[in-house]
Amino acid sequence: MDISRRQFVVGGAVAGAGLVIGVRLPGSLLQAQESAPGAKKAAPNPFDAYVHVKPDGHITLIVAKSEMGQGIKTGLAMILAEEAEVDFSSVSVEQAETRPDIYTHMGTGGSGSTRQNFTPLRRAGATVRLLMITAAAAKWNVPPAECEAQKGMVLHEKSDRKASYGELIEAARKLPLPDPEKVEVKDEADFQLIGHVTPRVDVLSKVDGTAQFGIDVRVPEMVFAVVARCPTFGGKAAHFDAGKTKAVPGVLNVFEIPATGARMFTAGGVVVVADSTWAAMKGRDALEITWDRGSAASESSEGMRGALRSAAGKPGTRLRNDGDVDAALSNGVKKVEALYELPLLAHATMEPMNITAQVRGSGAEVWAPTQSPDWVQGTVAEVLGLKPDKVVVHTTLMGGGFGRRYMADYPAEVAQIAKAVGKPVQLVWTREDDMTHDFYRPATCHRMRGAVDGNGRPVAWFHTLASASIKGYWDPKGDPAEDESGGARQMPYAIPNMRMEFNGVTSAVPRAWWRSVEHSFNGFAVESFIDELAAAAGQDPVQFRKSLLVKAPDWKPRFEDDPDPARLLGVLNLVAEKSEWAKPLPKGKGRGVAAYHSFGSYFAEVAEVTVKGEKFTIDRIVAAVDCGQVVNPESVRSQTEGAIIYGLSAALKNEITIKNGAVEQTNFDGYDPLRINEAPPIEVHLLTSKEDPGGMGEPGLPPIAPAVANAIFAASGQRLRRLPLQMKAA
Amino acid sequence: MAAIHLVINNRAHEVEVASDTPLLWVLRDKLNLTGTKYGCGMGLCGACTVHLDGEAVRACQTPISSVGAKKVTTIEGLSADNTHPVQRAWIAEQVPQCGYCQTGQIMSAAALLAKTPKPTDDQIDSAMVGNLCRCGMYQRIRRAIHRASAEKGA
Repeated sequence: MDISRRQFVVGGAVAGAGLVIGVRLPGSLLQAQESAPGAKKAAPNPFDAYVHVKPDGHITLIVAKSEMGQGIKTGLAMILAEEAEVDFSSVSVEQAETRPDIYTHMGTGGSGSTRQNFTPLRRAGATVRLLMITAAAAKWNVPPAECEAQKGMVLHEKSDRKASYGELIEAARKLPLPDPEKVEVKDEADFQLIGHVTPRVDVLSKVDGTAQFGIDVRVPEMVFAVVARCPTFGGKAAHFDAGKTKAVPGVLNVFEIPATGARMFTAGGVVVVADSTWAAMKGRDALEITWDRGSAASESSEGMRGALRSAAGKPGTRLRNDGDVDAALSNGVKKVEALYELPLLAHATMEPMNITAQVRGSGAEVWAPTQSPDWVQGTVAEVLGLKPDKVVVHTTLMGGGFGRRYMADYPAEVAQIAKAVGKPVQLVWTREDDMTHDFYRPATCHRMRGAVDGNGRPVAWFHTLASASIKGYWDPKGDPAEDESGGARQMPYAIPNMRMEFNGVTSAVPRAWWRSVEHSFNGFAVESFIDELAAAAGQDPVQFRKSLLVKAPDWKPRFEDDPDPARLLGVLNLVAEKSEWAKPLPKGKGRGVAAYHSFGSYFAEVAEVTVKGEKFTIDRIVAAVDCGQVVNPESVRSQTEGAIIYGLSAALKNEITIKNGAVEQTNFDGYDPLRINEAPPIEVHLLTSKEDPGGMGEPGLPPIAPAVANAIFAASGQRLRRLPLQMKAA
Repeated sequence: MAAIHLVINNRAHEVEVASDTPLLWVLRDKLNLTGTKYGCGMGLCGACTVHLDGEAVRACQTPISSVGAKKVTTIEGLSADNTHPVQRAWIAEQVPQCGYCQTGQIMSAAALLAKTPKPTDDQIDSAMVGNLCRCGMYQRIRRAIHRASAEKGA
């Protein structure tokens, strides 16, 4: 990490007043970010965030982490305030301008914001504290060791003197910066904020309606646009008649935009611009369009399912091969083979995609609810033929992200539209647009084979994953398994003979990163099938897993993101205790467990279900979390609840299907997320840990579907292997 | 297009819009009251919930011509300073994550409590089933409604 001081521009004003410290954070995790056009030009700049101590002692952290509900502005302020020794209320977090020349990593994703920022921000805060103490000690001519910082003041007890950071700032800014690697951070035992429940800074604006999301942006003279896109992927308008549209009161303009190429992946279509969103929607309804449905017009989910089943049955690219799987499979006493299948899924953020832009002269201004502002900037610049530094991008709040708002399609569209309109324009996607032109979580098929020996020990595990992969869509020449195999290749249970293979299939359906990415499907396959092996071995599912979570004294990760078996065992033990796993349940009820690692955090979840005939209800969920050092326990609990409900929507209800090349579900009637009456009580238990923080946005999700499916098996004997879960008549 | 008179948050407004325009888009695009959200346009998600004479309605399914003299209350008019018991409870339970659906949730909850000061869990389910929360904060919403109910009664 680099920390140094420099003059820089914040919000147009030179922040010469006060003390400014530049901070470099560890690398961004998402591929899309690294290959984003805007990001490439960011290389020369060494900083990712700036800490600005103002003359009044207030501290502003300026950082490019977008708020999409995860509470990042609160968490980052806590970390900085803790080490700087100021009140939490003395730190505010400001959304960085989209300036890749000033900020290196601007993306928000991969459950990375806390874990990337934790140590650098601690050191930055400690640097502020150290400079203030040094300045005070020099002023009073006393040894720094006799001085102490507290609540934005430096105190010298012996002489009963004190000075505020504001008073010390002029002296502090003249001091040389300490070596950031050697700055001493606080002992965890002394934490007053980190690890303590802290109310979120954004709650007030979110309960009085003043929080401004992308769709709430209002610019003088602005107009509104919607786009009619071909229902099939790769199709386009053959011709259209806008006569009736132009007769709709409020409609201002109708024109066509072409599809943009790879990485933006827009559909193109017919744009209707009007003086209100409603008039634009009505105008679009009145369009008469003949679609050229394109080359993928015959694609269907059923066809895809067949292709995936076929691919899962064939030898694939081998990603892990321990021991001799073939011999172990044929020698095993009990053999188990099963197919697991998962559908396409939409992100379905509550706020549909939208973006506002104005093209003026040789520049553009954009208001974007986005997880990747620099990519928005690069995309808009590319579409308009401008240099990225001529495009000003304001990052707004997001009504949910879940990966969808990493994409550059809606930014590309608004650039095309704003250029043609010449006024500020807000592009709104209707719910139907959002549902039918998402980048979907891939559908997958998992062929699982295993064997147990005469002593009930599993001796073989063979997982073949087939998918129309994310990378296969984004980078057809790249490695199609890259964002598909996580959690399957790193299967944590100690089984001597283990193989994991991948087979890709092709599809025109857009795919991308959905909350927890491949862990959303590999978690289901792995944690369901280990349960099947436990049943084959005649063992209790928790005991069976525990016996296989063995950490050798010389354990080292073999693959990137290899889970530490001891930490997984830790959450498994905690969830077993808190769920009263050993306590018998009446007939018709059952408990299921799943334990899983992703994004640096460990989760074990137990579902308790009641089965009646072919219906089941979830009575209770218990989750145990080891996400390393907890920053804000309330955020960790909230994210866990949220990930579980998001995962339950997929486990119980949601599925995107394709027919004749188009998505069949168009709104919340066909794709209905979990509602309050279906939401089970969720208990969250946090493991105390001194490990570095792990991610929290995603890792609570993967274990929930297998925990529920395993509970249904325990209650009924029915093993459900396809999502969304549906019981069969007994 | 016709001039339409409305009373929103106890203030009179006059707007010139097509009579089939949903209240939602009048609030958002003509009056800049953007606290009421668009989520689905079909009355399926509840993000656009407002009160018409105290009743919770979906603004996306309310043509402006049907409002008449009924008083419209939006989130901006629920309280001047976040002091409505439901808002206080939402803050205490730290309900919002992304927050997009929460204004609609709060309007539904406020209408429920006005009629049913001590709702049971089943009554909460019935009143709130139409409000989706993709961040999954249902447990907190339920707790917050019980909290607001208890505080109101206290």
